[in-house]
Amino acid sequence: MNEVLTTAGLASLDAADRDSALDAATPIVIVGHVDHGKSTLIGRLLHDTDNLQEGKVAQIIESSRKRGLQIEWSFLLDSLQIERDQGVTVDSTRIPFRLGSRQFVIVDAPGHRQFLRNMITGAADADAAVLVVDAREGAQEQTRRHAMLLRLIGIRHVIVLLNKVDLLEFDQEKVRAVEKSVTELLTQLDIRPSLFVPASARDGDNIASRSERSPWHTGPTLVEALAAVPSAESRAGLPLRMPVQDVYRFDDKRFVAGRIERGQVSVGDTVIIGAQGSRARVASVERWSAPARDTASAGESIALTLEPDVIPDRGDLLFFPGEEPLRSARVRARLFWLRQEPLRVGETFRLRLATAEHQVTVASIDSVVQLDDLSEAKADEVPPEGFAEITLAVAEAILFDPFTPGTTDGRGVLVDRNQKIVGGAPLIGPAEIGGDAAIYPSGSTLNAADRRKTRGHDGRVVWLTGLSGSGKSTLARKAEQILFERGTDAVVLDGDTLRTGLCSNLGFSEADRHENVRRAAEVAKILAEAGHVVLVTLISPLAKDRALARQIIGERFDEVFVAASVEVCESRDVKGLYAAAREGKIQDFTGVSAPYEAPESPALKLETGSAGIPELSARLADFAAARSRG
Amino acid sequence: MSADHLDQLEAQSVFILREAWRKLKPLAMLWSLGKDSNVMLWLARKAFLGHVPFPVMHVDTEMKFPEMYDFRTEYTKKWNLDLLLGYCPPVEEMDPTLPPAARSAARKTAGLAAMIEKHKLQGVIAGIRRDEQGTRAKERVFSPRGSGHKWDIRNQPPEFWDQYATPHEDGMHIRVHPLLAWREIDIWRYIEREGIPVVDLYFAKNGKRYRSLGDKNITFPIDSNASTIAEIITELETTKTSERAGRAMDNETEDAFERLRVAGYL
Repeated sequence: MNEVLTTAGLASLDAADRDSALDAATPIVIVGHVDHGKSTLIGRLLHDTDNLQEGKVAQIIESSRKRGLQIEWSFLLDSLQIERDQGVTVDSTRIPFRLGSRQFVIVDAPGHRQFLRNMITGAADADAAVLVVDAREGAQEQTRRHAMLLRLIGIRHVIVLLNKVDLLEFDQEKVRAVEKSVTELLTQLDIRPSLFVPASARDGDNIASRSERSPWHTGPTLVEALAAVPSAESRAGLPLRMPVQDVYRFDDKRFVAGRIERGQVSVGDTVIIGAQGSRARVASVERWSAPARDTASAGESIALTLEPDVIPDRGDLLFFPGEEPLRSARVRARLFWLRQEPLRVGETFRLRLATAEHQVTVASIDSVVQLDDLSEAKADEVPPEGFAEITLAVAEAILFDPFTPGTTDGRGVLVDRNQKIVGGAPLIGPAEIGGDAAIYPSGSTLNAADRRKTRGHDGRVVWLTGLSGSGKSTLARKAEQILFERGTDAVVLDGDTLRTGLCSNLGFSEADRHENVRRAAEVAKILAEAGHVVLVTLISPLAKDRALARQIIGERFDEVFVAASVEVCESRDVKGLYAAAREGKIQDFTGVSAPYEAPESPALKLETGSAGIPELSARLADFAAARSRG
Repeated sequence: MSADHLDQLEAQSVFILREAWRKLKPLAMLWSLGKDSNVMLWLARKAFLGHVPFPVMHVDTEMKFPEMYDFRTEYTKKWNLDLLLGYCPPVEEMDPTLPPAARSAARKTAGLAAMIEKHKLQGVIAGIRRDEQGTRAKERVFSPRGSGHKWDIRNQPPEFWDQYATPHEDGMHIRVHPLLAWREIDIWRYIEREGIPVVDLYFAKNGKRYRSLGDKNITFPIDSNASTIAEIITELETTKTSERAGRAMDNETEDAFERLRVAGYL
């Protein structure tokens, strides 16, 4: 347990080394397609540059042996037992790393499930990236995805490591050919790779030392390439931006607290406060237990007192007269989408921008990136983990600076009603208003939690599908009453009732039935968002139409199958419809002359042929109540 | 004037503490009486202009060193702290499948959980760092805990561009980690620069010192002659031994510490 520590090695640290040890660490993110060798590379790099803690190698050998493996370098990074046992990295990690006198932090992100979410978490602040590409395979799907992300988060220095060149026998021509194809890919994304390194992470070629097997390579080794990454530039010389983080009152004094994102501010300066544009003079720059200085610069978290003693809001931006940011109520943004369901036009979010929060609606999806060839195409939705360009409509004009790598400008983040982060939205600039895009959808400022507190339950859609006469409406009406008596705000959207009003222009063709489902789903969604438990009763015979409803409504959707055979329904035939259909008086009648696709795995199945209405409606009510309070 | 590494770390921690105070109420800070939590308290006073606007909590295992209790008494008064004390259930009530030292450490998890319930806390500020231990390297700055205080490693929220998770369900709380990016050596350099007091046990006496302070039954001193802050910094510049080598619970079995953390340990 006891370790002897000595100070003998100290003589080797000269004064310059000790000073530079105080420099900030440079974060480097390592990305690349799965199995192209990221983990091996990191293990090799740490080992060859003497950055492993004592006993670490022995520990890894032991963990590998226990699982019957050769040395598994990824265990260095996969510190969780579940990661080692299952051979997958479940979350990004950061490893401090030292090269001579310079400090780095290596960020490793998992390449598998929910990769984007974890990679973003580690990589968003990186100064540089190492893109690992298997030289035999060239750029693959994840190579393109990762490169796209590097562009969107504004990483300017990209080192391309062509790995496993030993398997190409260090053949110069073959390596150059891969280099060319990767360059073409990156050029498409406006990324100019700063350096290419042909290497073998497994054997250590061109990692920390120059390989004798690639005498034709005159460029840097990986370590040399890392050492050449420029340090972050100072942002003190840019126009002032200080987003107000909070306002405090201590000892009868009002403090405006915040971090200076760029520029600098001094006592006596006149600042403009937020979109409303009031002015004030900086009376003092406040710090606690620090040398008094009348100026504060980019990166400092300080507090100001103002004269006159105005009270700004959190989110107000402080800037100098004549240096106003852009102002617009419609903003174009790039998007990396993190939610597991697609994004659709009309959805409402909060846009977080530094400390500000604005209500925004997705006014249009202007283009979506196709990941197989990185082309951009118009589309109706952004798929999970997709990339796009969108237009956001804001409730009022907002102040912003366009996204610029190397600064914190324009770092928009979208959060949903539950305050969950669902996407990154680097802002491009104001959007032009034109043609059909000139709609300004507005969203509610109430969130689901507020509604839940008032009502005691969440909004929910219970979608009843089944043949005509199977008992959907009867069960739903009865359940509605039970729910109401228990204090649940329930409402029935009945297919036939809708067809007398909202859907009165629709018939029973496949296209019209599809539209009927779409309208019912959109109305159900609005009601559920307002906190109601909605029981939809619609034959909705086709699985693809019900899938559409699920997509529109999202996670609040549950499918309930009201099951009864055609024979049973026909024997009931309360509305006389089966008889009419058999006589040919009604076309496209489900179960008789049009198909019914029964749900494969409904959340609940109610068989009206085998149990009574009181029992089944009670089960339906219990189900709806449980789902809305779950 | 150009900002050095410590200035940057300080500014980021102050930003985090101000976010926590703005967004999470009620909020409290854990004060373990160790070097990291003293730095954290100091940073809170930086953030709030000399004030600590929330209570500090000591989850007392009653197994600390006497020097630590003396320190607590002295600085609660000097720094005008609103101190909340919590106690831990006996070790016999802990999960018997944990190895002995981890079982002892699990008492603190139980004591902490009880305090979070009692004070209905939405935010708990804790002084863990990424460089201490592999599972802590995977943490978020704002780390949501569901009901039962479980850490859901597989399902951590995205966190980037200084935008943090906020609680969205009743019974949830957020662990706030303002020191996550600090290294052990940064802590000592900051203590030296700012003149932050620490318990004497960190300084060598008779060739031994404590590098990390926990319960006295499961914490061991290292061999060292570093008897001043400057000597400790010098020692850390050259060592390749991990900081928590003297904490028995980290080293019993491969997964002991991970199990503790998933269950709500710091």
